[in-house]
Amino acid sequence: MKLFVCVNQVPDTETKVKIGQDGKSIDRSEVNLILNPYDEFAVEAALQLKDKNGAEVTYVSVGGDSVKEVLRKALAMGGDRGIHVKTDNIGDSYAVASMIAFVLKDAGADMILFGKQSIDYDDAAVGTMAAEMLGLPSASVVVKLDVDENARKVTCEREIEGGKETVELTMPCVISAQKGLNEPRYPSLKGIMAAKSKPIQEVAPSAVEPLTEVAEMKKPPAKQAGKILGTDKSAVPELVRLLHEEAKVI
Amino acid sequence: MRILAFAEQRDGKLKKVAFEVAHAAVQLAGQIGAEAVGLVIGNGVEKDASELGGFGIGKVYAAEGERLSLYSTTAYAKVVSDAAESLSADIVLFPASAMGKDLAPRVAGRLKAGLAADCIALKGEGGSIVATRPVYAGKGLIDLKINSPRKVFTLRPNVFSPGGANGTAATVERLNLSLQDSDFLSKVIGVTFTKAGRPDLTEANIIVSGGRGLGGPDNFKMIEDLADVLGAAVGASRAAVDAGWRPHEDQVGQTGKTVSPSLYVAVAISGAIQHLAGMSSSKFIVAINKDKDAPIFQVADYGIVGDAFEVIPELSAQMKKALGKD
Repeated sequence: MKLFVCVNQVPDTETKVKIGQDGKSIDRSEVNLILNPYDEFAVEAALQLKDKNGAEVTYVSVGGDSVKEVLRKALAMGGDRGIHVKTDNIGDSYAVASMIAFVLKDAGADMILFGKQSIDYDDAAVGTMAAEMLGLPSASVVVKLDVDENARKVTCEREIEGGKETVELTMPCVISAQKGLNEPRYPSLKGIMAAKSKPIQEVAPSAVEPLTEVAEMKKPPAKQAGKILGTDKSAVPELVRLLHEEAKVI
Repeated sequence: MRILAFAEQRDGKLKKVAFEVAHAAVQLAGQIGAEAVGLVIGNGVEKDASELGGFGIGKVYAAEGERLSLYSTTAYAKVVSDAAESLSADIVLFPASAMGKDLAPRVAGRLKAGLAADCIALKGEGGSIVATRPVYAGKGLIDLKINSPRKVFTLRPNVFSPGGANGTAATVERLNLSLQDSDFLSKVIGVTFTKAGRPDLTEANIIVSGGRGLGGPDNFKMIEDLADVLGAAVGASRAAVDAGWRPHEDQVGQTGKTVSPSLYVAVAISGAIQHLAGMSSSKFIVAINKDKDAPIFQVADYGIVGDAFEVIPELSAQMKKALGKD
């Protein structure tokens, strides 16, 4: 089986957002960059399939030179090689999906895995959009995955409001992973050493223009710290009254 | 110009997000001088589709078929895209629900349309539309413009007002479909609901969340009790989920759900930045925590610096009384 996992580099969850000089993006000067947390579930899913059935696992990342770090991180967890679609102009989800579709269109993928969303722009779009561009079926927000390689059939569960949908797909297909799908492994020391000699191929992006444009980025209106009503249960009647009379939410 | 509002249904009944999207489409249409029309996909949906009329939609197109009773990302995307093309609807609005978030990127890819996802405001000015949407789970907001002729938007649930229904019925017209087996390469074959009786986090009007300060999974019982009194959903902090006390789908925060309920009650949650990102757009926030310096108090409208084990049962009891449920 040929598996591809698309991985992205994002600011970590502890990042305090500071608006950059351009007023359209964040100031990245003091930001710690990590492998997108949802992509770890996609990496782990691919590695479990490799462990079980044998597969070639290739990681794909779009971006500047720093994305090699997340390719190495994924390779340290396992897998075979990386593809770095080198560009300083990432654009938007449409542009990224186009670049990925361009690189993978003749790659002979049996399955392409994504994290369900990147925790920077939160579009939750690239995987499904790339699937459409490649003419492949897809399932997003997947929390359970069963692959029947012989029947070329994938059955998975995806999260919906208050429950789960069971989705059946034919291979090749695109899956985007949600927390709960698995417990991502930590890279072992041996894995980290091995990753250093695994090949990362640099490829040029296809020419594609983003379809959207950020006009302005701002911080959300700051919340004012509210009233402290007390230090024990004697404050409860006042809380109930305020929720009823002032907030009018009950 | 037309705006196509995707009206999500389940089991033939339109969901609340369908009315939110319909109303937003009507308002946007007014701002840019367009006509808002509705689209419903499913099996036996024609009857309820006319309800959209009460929200200002004059005409609803219905894609009917037994094979469409359960969601199929590929088939639904074809139906929506074909409808957008044949109706010359250059703008398509979806809810940012599980279905809408799956469908919109596919439709955008198919129509070569720019996508603005999870919008919390739409404003039509002259010919252009500015969409406001959170990034970094709400730590930032961007104003986004779509430059392609065709545009796809998904609207965050619980944010856009559905307006008030006025009882007018929309005209419903059935669409001619040309679906093949090859359009169903991905299809839902079953649906299971896990939490009967409690609303989903992303749809809930009230959420009661617990954190690490509760000390263990058993103590979530009092969170659930309070939630049930309030008709609320139950959420959890990442710490509580990572400790295995709650299932991952309950997690609120940057690597969990981003929520905007009318009331968010944070119990024994300190308020790590990634948690605040996921819930600080709630309309009212109540925090109950022993630590007076906990960051959660910085975003809370009302706080009690006290022991949750003492305060929460009392709050449940008094709410029961106030709501006439005792």
